[in-house]
Amino acid sequence: MTDTHTASLDQRTRALESALADRGLLPPGFVEEFTAHAEEQWVTANGARMVARAWTDGDFRERMLKDGRSAAAEMGFGMPEHHRHLVVLENTPDIHNLIVCTLCSCTAYTIIGAAPDWYKDMEYRARVVRESRTALKEMGLDLPASTEIRVWDTTADTRYMILPVQPPATQGWPADRLADIVTQASMIGTERLDGVGTPAAAKE
Amino acid sequence: MDGMHDLGGKQGFGRIAYPARPHDETWEPLARALSAWAVKNRHYNMDEYRHAIERMAPIHYISAPYYERVLTAAATLLVEKGVVTAAELAARVDGTFPLSLPLGPGREAVPPQSFAIGETVRVRNLFVPGHVRMPGYIRGKQGVVVHISPPYPFPDAHAHNMQAAEEPTYDVRFRSTELWPESADEAFVHVGVFQSYLEKVRNRA
Repeated sequence: MTDTHTASLDQRTRALESALADRGLLPPGFVEEFTAHAEEQWVTANGARMVARAWTDGDFRERMLKDGRSAAAEMGFGMPEHHRHLVVLENTPDIHNLIVCTLCSCTAYTIIGAAPDWYKDMEYRARVVRESRTALKEMGLDLPASTEIRVWDTTADTRYMILPVQPPATQGWPADRLADIVTQASMIGTERLDGVGTPAAAKE
Repeated sequence: MDGMHDLGGKQGFGRIAYPARPHDETWEPLARALSAWAVKNRHYNMDEYRHAIERMAPIHYISAPYYERVLTAAATLLVEKGVVTAAELAARVDGTFPLSLPLGPGREAVPPQSFAIGETVRVRNLFVPGHVRMPGYIRGKQGVVVHISPPYPFPDAHAHNMQAAEEPTYDVRFRSTELWPESADEAFVHVGVFQSYLEKVRNRA
């Protein structure tokens, strides 16, 4: 064989799978069960429910801001053991938090769901620590000059999520209805739910 | 190491592909599951995993989609740990199965030191050949400790099969305009900095 092209990703992935399976190391059904677990349990709705509860339950909000990991556990949401801490960052009308991992693509995936592609792309990782306001504007979030931007680079295994500001028009809504309006982007910080930086004309 | 992976503040990138474009990559869930299997069975830790990605040849890293990096790290580490062999992986595909470059030596943590919330600290002017979990853009810069996180194993040792003492990470707040004078948007940049990467700033009396 003189063929030196790089094998397809599908072939390479299946090669590793079959090498492990042929040794009896990879239990039958593991891949299907893990994938189903990841897709059903590690979803954006977890973080959204935490945010909605924090908006409607002041005591929970305090506990969540003090210790995000135990607040998540209180609602039945687990985190991997190496994620020893979940820091919940509170947005205000004048403070905007934004999360990035410049060295790889770490997120609190069990709480806010698997990171979207743009979060893992080089453009996002390179730019938002240095050109936060410009990059956010390109992404549709045009923050007022008076808004303080705080960028959080996930370099250790501490994980972060953002507690967005509740839209004023949703005051009095029940938590389950509120959870439906909380997006993954609002918990990463590329979007706000309260209209700050989002002119009505730019909304789609 | 000062690898291709250390992207914070690098210039020349264009627009972020936001929101995400839909794509269908059927092998991605399988790559993710195999990586999860290896971690679950303690074939390697997360620092070894991240360093295995950093050890990809730069041109491979930069051209690989995210889950190719996941797959390459898993395959490389499982070969290095003796679970599978590179030859058999290559034999199972039509073409080559590129793996990461070899692992070099790691290093020990510095003796314990402590920093207080509110203290101004300096990031040591470190150039580390092996794994380091310190983005290059904070090297030599000063910031303020605003929070302390629970201890984690020192990554520069933990990624290299060495005993890794646990140490705190300090949430250090930097000003973007001090990190990149004249060429940054005004913001605070918070970085979780391992204790061994920090040094005291001597206050002038």
